[in-house]
Amino acid sequence: MNTASVSLGASVSSQSRFVQLALAAFLGVFVMGFVGFSHIDAIHNAAHDYRHSMGFPCH
Amino acid sequence: MTLFRNVVFIAAIAGLVAGVVLACMQAYATVPLILKAEVYEQAGGGHTHDHGLAPAAPGSNAVSSAVPAEAATAQEEGWAPADGFERFAFNVVANVVTGIGFALILVAASEFAGGIGNWRQGVFWGFAGFAVFTLAPNLGLPPELPAMPTADLAQRQIWWTATVVATAAGLGLLAFRKSLPLALLAVALIVAPHIFGAPQPDSFESPIPEGLHHQFVVAVTLTNLVFWLVLGAVVGLVRGRLTGTATGLRENLA
Repeated sequence: MNTASVSLGASVSSQSRFVQLALAAFLGVFVMGFVGFSHIDAIHNAAHDYRHSMGFPCH
Repeated sequence: MTLFRNVVFIAAIAGLVAGVVLACMQAYATVPLILKAEVYEQAGGGHTHDHGLAPAAPGSNAVSSAVPAEAATAQEEGWAPADGFERFAFNVVANVVTGIGFALILVAASEFAGGIGNWRQGVFWGFAGFAVFTLAPNLGLPPELPAMPTADLAQRQIWWTATVVATAAGLGLLAFRKSLPLALLAVALIVAPHIFGAPQPDSFESPIPEGLHHQFVVAVTLTNLVFWLVLGAVVGLVRGRLTGTATGLRENLA
């Protein structure tokens, strides 16, 4: 697969790059897990149709 | 933290666009089927899950004696959005919020591999996201409608998560490592969760007609496919503009 020749934030060190990308991915996983997997009733009820429509485990 | 800020910026725009698109598709394709299934759920009694019954219950004396029981169930299950606009609005919010979450994962993962350069590359990355987050887990745990028999929730969530991680790792190895043993490992990773098997309910007896469920599985799969393609394409477009202006600036300064 071709990759882009220009990268975002080209000036950052590779270590800082890794940390920042990992942080972004972790934030994404957290948000998705909270809305899609949380066992709190109010969250479940609010996102109920969404969970079913995404094929997330529900009920 | 420029990189982090850029990733969040791209993910926010892509998640917003794709989330709104998905919510609109769901309003026509999947939510009507969920509402139909809830009719079967309520007719069957048992584990109900009523939305909008809580606000309807007080003061609606004209309704039959079933109301107090339903109100009690609603109370047990806590707050739920009222049917109609409120329920739709919460669905849009859930779609946008998780859309941004999925976009953060997609952008971060693709940056490790060099980044999504344009909308066409984005479509392929989106297709990978669809395979990882929709196709793979839904093979073992087909999208379920309310009132369908299911195995223990926590076990299904663990299997779902493990399948997503294994499939993502497998696809990553296949796409970015050029060695035969690693390719074989990749195939093994993708296949393993399905050989292990998803947690299944004790009985498959369901009040939901088979046809309705099949229609729902098709609707979920296709709406998710479009969601992921839009998400990937928008990431490619926005990132292209961002890096485009950056290089343009650099060239102007040089």
